[in-house]
Amino acid sequence: MSSVLFFIAAIGVISGAIGVVMLRDPFYCVLALVAHLLSLAVLFLLLRSEFVAAAQVIVYAGAVMVLYVFVVAYVGGESGSLSDRLRGPGPVASGLRLGGAILGGALLVELLIALLGTGLEAINGKGAGYSGGPHAFGTPAYIGKLLLTRFLLAFEMASFLLLIAAVGAVVLARRRGGLGEEDAADRLTPLDLLRPQGTGTMAEGVGRRP
Amino acid sequence: MSTTTYGWLVLAFPLLGTLLIALGYRRLEALPPRAAGWIGTGAIFLAFLAAVGALISLQGHSPEHRQLVSSLWNYAYTVGINAQFSILVDPLSVFMILVVTGVSTLIHLYSISYMDEDAGFKRFFSYLNFFVFSMLLLVLAGNFVLLIVGWAFVGAASYLLISFWYRRSTATRAGIKAFVINVVGDAGLVLGTYFIFKHTGTLDFLGAFHAAEAGAFGHGTNNGDLVAGCVLLLVGAFAKSAQIPLHTWLPDAMEGPTPVSALIHAATMVTAGVYLIARMHPLFELAPAAQDVGAVIGAATLLIAGTIAVTQTDIKRVIAYSTMSQIGYMIMGVSVGAYAAGLFHLMTHAFFKALLFMAAGSVIGAMAGEQSLEKMGGFRKAMPFTYGCFIIGGLALSGIPPFSGFFSKDEILLVTGERGGWHWALYAIGYIGAFLTAIYTFRMIFRAFHGEPVAEARELEGGHLHHAEVPTNPATGEVEDTDVGFPGPVHAIAERAPPMYVAMTVLAVGATGIGLLQIPKVDFVIDDFLRPTFATSKLYEPHTKTGLLWAGLALGTVLGLAGIAIAYRVWVARPGTSARLQARLHPLYELFVNKWYFDEAIAFLIVRPAAAAGRFANDTFERLFVDETLVGGTSGLVRAGSAAVRAAQSGFVRYYAALLVLGVTGVGLYFLLQS
Amino acid sequence: MSIAWYLAVSAIVFCVGAVGVITRRNPLVVLLCLELMLNGGNLALIAFSRMWGNGDGQILALVVMTVAACEVCIGLGMIVAIYRRHLPIDVDELRELQG
Repeated sequence: MSSVLFFIAAIGVISGAIGVVMLRDPFYCVLALVAHLLSLAVLFLLLRSEFVAAAQVIVYAGAVMVLYVFVVAYVGGESGSLSDRLRGPGPVASGLRLGGAILGGALLVELLIALLGTGLEAINGKGAGYSGGPHAFGTPAYIGKLLLTRFLLAFEMASFLLLIAAVGAVVLARRRGGLGEEDAADRLTPLDLLRPQGTGTMAEGVGRRP
Repeated sequence: MSTTTYGWLVLAFPLLGTLLIALGYRRLEALPPRAAGWIGTGAIFLAFLAAVGALISLQGHSPEHRQLVSSLWNYAYTVGINAQFSILVDPLSVFMILVVTGVSTLIHLYSISYMDEDAGFKRFFSYLNFFVFSMLLLVLAGNFVLLIVGWAFVGAASYLLISFWYRRSTATRAGIKAFVINVVGDAGLVLGTYFIFKHTGTLDFLGAFHAAEAGAFGHGTNNGDLVAGCVLLLVGAFAKSAQIPLHTWLPDAMEGPTPVSALIHAATMVTAGVYLIARMHPLFELAPAAQDVGAVIGAATLLIAGTIAVTQTDIKRVIAYSTMSQIGYMIMGVSVGAYAAGLFHLMTHAFFKALLFMAAGSVIGAMAGEQSLEKMGGFRKAMPFTYGCFIIGGLALSGIPPFSGFFSKDEILLVTGERGGWHWALYAIGYIGAFLTAIYTFRMIFRAFHGEPVAEARELEGGHLHHAEVPTNPATGEVEDTDVGFPGPVHAIAERAPPMYVAMTVLAVGATGIGLLQIPKVDFVIDDFLRPTFATSKLYEPHTKTGLLWAGLALGTVLGLAGIAIAYRVWVARPGTSARLQARLHPLYELFVNKWYFDEAIAFLIVRPAAAAGRFANDTFERLFVDETLVGGTSGLVRAGSAAVRAAQSGFVRYYAALLVLGVTGVGLYFLLQS
Repeated sequence: MSIAWYLAVSAIVFCVGAVGVITRRNPLVVLLCLELMLNGGNLALIAFSRMWGNGDGQILALVVMTVAACEVCIGLGMIVAIYRRHLPIDVDELRELQG
């Protein structure tokens, strides 16, 4: 039973990954990644890491991907699929098209050899023994205890890092003055409200500023 | 005061004079304009007094103890070389310093009027004092090192003074020519010193001579190294004394002011070669081959210079070639062992040659700077004193008794004849040279002073000294600006300038009377005085053949008078004779007037290959190899390398990411392969 | 399934992510592929944690998740800023730091 589940989840993971890489519209890529993340959560569950799986769904798929969705909606994206873009003019495109694939393939082969060809016999097993209970391996209590005792420093640093990142993101994306933003142009003035649409100069009619 | 203290004083006074005039330049502006001249003259006069003091003090020692060395400090004391700053005061050096300081004082005196109102008056006197200091250093040096130092300084002073009017292109070229040829001599001198030092192991003169006599060069004569060393020393002597083939600088050196020609190129610097051979006599006597070289070159020079002088038209160049010829006599003399005679001739020659140059300066002054004999004539009535000085100098030069040149020149030839064998050829050449000397000397005198008076002479007879409207270079005719360093507007003549008058009178008296010091068979003042220096010489006591002595004296007189008579006939009595002779003996005339084509030969053999080598080095080697290959190649390599590296910084993030992945793959591969 | 299978999946995901980073031109998608690589690493961590039976790998995976979130934050902030300046959203065009 777990094997079947494993294979379904694995296929979900891999196809999600491939989808992210190959889909044209960035929005579809985001959705592919969400699918990938959910399948990965299933894999985590199969590995008895309940808390991490939950965190994956809530944090990663829930928060981070939502953020992504918002940004993709705001920014939009260039159209054109992977192959379009690879075929297009671009100084590095043609070189990297083949090179990237080869590199990835090489890396994959290497990693597989490295991971599976080791002398580590334990990977052939199903893992260390598992005994259930409220503080068993993978439960929130288990993780929490670890976080607050052995890995307290890491925990605190991670929270600090989050704070910094949040502040940084606000600073980075904030509106700055003096560079001619679009928003100023889009703001409606009272005079514009009085004037009906389509009147004025040709430029105004087209929609450009006078 | 001890003798050597006098020696140091002799060196100190001219040095003080130089420094005072050169460094006290600003102060001297406040003093009367000729103060620099009087300071310079005074310094040399004090040196002369010190030299007299040295003489008197030296004679106070017994003859065996008349070679005194005094050392001030250790100049260089390293492995194998012990060079002191030491002077050697012995009869030879005292003789030389007396001649040098005596004649120099008179020439300084003369220059005060001659260089009057010249823009470089002070510079002239400081250079002149520096020259005298260098010459005295050369002569008083007690070891090879100081000799070389003095030698080099004298060459430098000569360059400074020849190109004194440095805005004249002809003068600067002449100065460079003199300096380059002198440097060839310097190289010979240093290499010769090396060869001698190799065997004697000491740089000190007395030490080297003792070592040589004790057998440092083996017990035979003509040791290879010694001959090589002596011949190289001779190269130095020839360059300094303007002997063939290193003589081409002397006629060009007449570009310098006349006092310079009188001092450096007649009385002192050109005699340095003679002094060198006399000083090194122990070494030369052990290398007769070198002595023979010296004798032959001396004889060749005296003949060749005599033939050239007969055809020259520049009055100073005639006197210059005459100097070359007389130095040839001296070199021949000291090379065959007639040391006392050669040095005596040096002294008498200093007197009458300086006198001749001074008188020539006076005539040039009357001609407002023009030096060509072709434009002169008939100054006899206008300048009687100068004429008289010329006659006295000319008679002394031609070897007419009782003037001094007669005694000295004939003694040299006597000793040459006594050596016998192939020296009879030199004897004959010597007398032919004497004959030519008389001819060209009186040719010069007759052309300048006899015949129809030229315009300048007539002006002078009328009481007015001629001045050129526009100062020009007499050689090339280019116009000069006297405010920036060409000869000044004032021309002095002896009749009107008391310092010149006094100096020339003293020299005239000397030229006449000095011969009395060494009348053959009567008195031997010079011989006896110099004997302590030449105590170990095997050639010092010749002249036993009385018959040859009288024959020689008679022959000399006859040839001298014959020369004067021929000159009179050709240039005074029958005025067209000279042109006819020129036409009939045209090839010979061409050879002589072109100075035996030495300048052209040197230019072809040495100057052109050197210039070609320089051009090759610059255009080909420097440009191709150094600039393009070494410098260009290095920078090109660096540039190419950095361009290659720069290509990696493309700015494409994807590129960088790809490189990262590549790196990771590579590292992983490495670790995989390792295990 | 034995741990080896999970490791194989993790390797595949990682490499697919790497190829995506190299190949895509839209910076948003590049960041997404970066997330893929991080997730691949996470999977490997969890797999090993299960193998050894202690929670170290899980903690690390949580921290990685946190870091990934921060990084996404900043990256997206930068993309928004770039977009606001009307610059092209294309990693090939954004190359002023070149030499």
